Amino acid sequence: MAYSEKVLDHYENPRNVGTLDKDDPHVGTGMVGAPACGDVMKLQIKVSDDGVIQDAKFKTYGCGSAIASSSLVTEWLKGKTLDQASEIKNSAIAEELSLPPVKIHCSVLAEDAIKSAIADLKSKQGK
Amino acid sequence: MTQDIARKPIYLDYSSTTPIDPRVAEKMIPFITEHFGNPASRSHSFGWTAEKGVEEAREEVAKLVNADPREIVWTSGATESNNLAIKGASHFYSTKGKHILTVATEHKCVIDSFRELEREGYTATYLEPEPNGLVDLEKFKKAIRPDTVLASVMFVNNEIGVIQDIEALGNICREQKVIFHVDAAQATGKVNIDLEKLPVDLMSFSAHKTYGPKGIGALYVRRKPRIRIEAQMHGGGHERGMRSGTLATHQIVGMGEAFRIARIEMQLENERIRKLRDKLLHGLQDMEEVYVNGDLKQRIEHNLNISFNYVEGESLIMAVKDIAVSSGSACTSASLEPSYVLRALGRSDELAHSSIRFSIGRFTTEADVDFTIQLLKEKIQKLRELSPLWDMFKDGIDISKVEWAAH
Amino acid sequence: MTMIEKVYFDHNATTAIDKKVLGVMMPYLEMQQGNPTSQHSFGRYARTAIEEAREQVALAIHAHPTEVIFTSGGTEANNMIVHGAAIKNSQSTLVSSNIEHPCVSRPIEALAQQGWHQDLLKVNHDGVISKEAYKDINTNNIGLVSVMLANNETGVIQDMSLLHDFAKEKKALSHTDAVQAFGKIDVRFDELHIDAMTLSSHKIYGPQGVGALILNKRSDIEPLIYGGGQEKNLRSGTENIAAIVGFGKACELISESMKVTSIHTRELQKMLEISLMELGAVIFAGNISRLSNTTFFAFKDIEGSTLLTALDKKGFAIASGSACSSVNKEPSHVLLAMGIDEDLARGALRISFGNKNTIHEVKGFMETLKKELQNLKQLTAIAA
Repeated sequence: MAYSEKVLDHYENPRNVGTLDKDDPHVGTGMVGAPACGDVMKLQIKVSDDGVIQDAKFKTYGCGSAIASSSLVTEWLKGKTLDQASEIKNSAIAEELSLPPVKIHCSVLAEDAIKSAIADLKSKQGK
Repeated sequence: MTQDIARKPIYLDYSSTTPIDPRVAEKMIPFITEHFGNPASRSHSFGWTAEKGVEEAREEVAKLVNADPREIVWTSGATESNNLAIKGASHFYSTKGKHILTVATEHKCVIDSFRELEREGYTATYLEPEPNGLVDLEKFKKAIRPDTVLASVMFVNNEIGVIQDIEALGNICREQKVIFHVDAAQATGKVNIDLEKLPVDLMSFSAHKTYGPKGIGALYVRRKPRIRIEAQMHGGGHERGMRSGTLATHQIVGMGEAFRIARIEMQLENERIRKLRDKLLHGLQDMEEVYVNGDLKQRIEHNLNISFNYVEGESLIMAVKDIAVSSGSACTSASLEPSYVLRALGRSDELAHSSIRFSIGRFTTEADVDFTIQLLKEKIQKLRELSPLWDMFKDGIDISKVEWAAH
Repeated sequence: MTMIEKVYFDHNATTAIDKKVLGVMMPYLEMQQGNPTSQHSFGRYARTAIEEAREQVALAIHAHPTEVIFTSGGTEANNMIVHGAAIKNSQSTLVSSNIEHPCVSRPIEALAQQGWHQDLLKVNHDGVISKEAYKDINTNNIGLVSVMLANNETGVIQDMSLLHDFAKEKKALSHTDAVQAFGKIDVRFDELHIDAMTLSSHKIYGPQGVGALILNKRSDIEPLIYGGGQEKNLRSGTENIAAIVGFGKACELISESMKVTSIHTRELQKMLEISLMELGAVIFAGNISRLSNTTFFAFKDIEGSTLLTALDKKGFAIASGSACSSVNKEPSHVLLAMGIDEDLARGALRISFGNKNTIHEVKGFMETLKKELQNLKQLTAIAA
């Protein structure tokens, strides 16, 4: 399978790998996918009181495209408001990384991870 | 070109295909350039020289497996041999019955030949092997029915390298008067094959898994007691009517030479390869959560199939691009399905996905193995650091009990 | 034996591989090679080479690369189309001519024993399948109609537009065995309007053990060999990469050289046939449109096999009928189909020229032939 250069770059040098304290009230954690499907993505965001994402971290079990998709969104998320973050679409991720059709699901998963992390944060903060 | 070679990764995929041994290539070339005749041409010496080359090669193939040269039929490869044996014998003896028996971990071309026969109205049983990949003799015996016409079991599995007890399985078939076919594509030059002793009726061989050329194989068809097959390819009546088509002389000569070398060097070579394999195994077993797939004792020296838990298969293959290995069989690796062989052993999808088949061969060096161990350790560690599943495992969470949102 | 310089006049049986073809094959015989199905770089390298060869084959016959299915040779390709078309329609009739190569006729005969119907197009005295012959076929539901483009023994070229018209009228799958024609005459798949066509590598200075079935994209057939799903699921088995690469190169070379070679062999053929007729030979299909390299002939009252052996001892390799049936002593089925007398047919000899044959060789051959004929006539005279 031929990967685009951007996918290879994110795969070789993934950005923002790591873990945030999931019990921190400012941290939202999203975990999507399933091992049996071949991808599990964990995405965490740390949000300031005025609703801006200050930090984002990920860990991904999955193919090169899944790793690249999650690495890319952590870059994109930083500095965005939650509303802006929830507008990130999988098609934008797929386009940026030139994902082939069989790998589109990786970008869908990344979008789901963002939504899941935001939902977790909101439920934590009782909003 | 030289740069290209310099960048070539280390080849550890000998079960997929082997390079042609230089001695084999040397023997083949004159049959391309000088002795190019059609071996079926009986009217001139170009034809006779080619025919002589073909017959000498037939003797060499027969010698490696202790058979009579007249029992060897040339084919275009093991895929054709398996198709010919399975469909050819099942058709010929169809009056006896229309039940056929094989094992779920057979090569795709055996499984697909069975499926084709099913479409023609045969009933097939695909026996599940034990978790170590071996066939349970009692279960095999029980699977045979009064109308079973043919059973097919591979000598050595292409993915996990386990060696089936062909003698015992063959004896069961003899007792039950079932035609017994064995796919030995992965066995030649690796295990001793004595067809005078083995109760096998039909056996498939491939040249390119034993340092011979691609595009040539053979089918052993027993003479005593005589086994009959229906031809799948008709024409000039070559190979005593069992397989028509102009014989590719240079390829046949290459297969003969490859099998001759295998016969002479097998024992020493396998000892050397065992040492390399054991070194690789010990090196990799240093890591946590590493599982060997398939029985380790009843197995060829050349194969090591290992699953690395909590690492996804495709990213693993990307990570080890400096070595050429397979994840599952080469013939199915274009699809992303987890190996059906490993699943038949009861491995989870995740473990099946994260398996690597290392296959060691004639030109593998100790330095290659050292490099591989080093590379795997480094890359597995990196991928595990990326893996949320590894974190969960380290936190003592049982991943199989987690409820995953389906997507 | 080694003292005699050998002359090869049996190019319809097989040809010597071109040095340039061998050149492109060598890396695949000598270096580390991958299985084209493998995903690592060895495998991808092999895959690229195969796809390049596929384009070379397609270009030579004016087909689309996706229409090229590599097989182990012409025999397999012919068996594949017969079997593959038959399985799709189990009630159908399989039509071929009575001069086909056994690898078309035998699989049809085998299927005829399993319930399919069979019908034969009959050649006339000149070995030609005429419009009338097609009219004699009255069956409808035809699963396949297969007519060879050029005959391996006589070299007679059939009119493919008749095959096309017939197949169109009957809505049947059409196929031509172009093994002997390819490389000797211009073969254009896109202009023939035939559904399928068989090619072989070793008749065009390529390696043995590889060929192709050219299959129109709209045609749907069942495979003959099942397994790993190579060649778009139509032909399983690890690809014979060295041979495929060689075949591709041979196709490229033959396209470049065909015109020149056919003019050259036409000259040799003329010269040979004039001399043969002077000696009293009967040349089969002598006045019919034929391949420029093939001459099929016989002398009345001369035992063909005796002459053949005598000529071989003098260093001339020629054939009696097709190489594949050289095994048996039956008279040529092609000549019998043409209504040639059985005794004359039994004495038939075939000369097939190639690009390296020379006028000098033909002259030498004629001298030797004259002497051998005299010897044989003396022997028969003594015996009588």
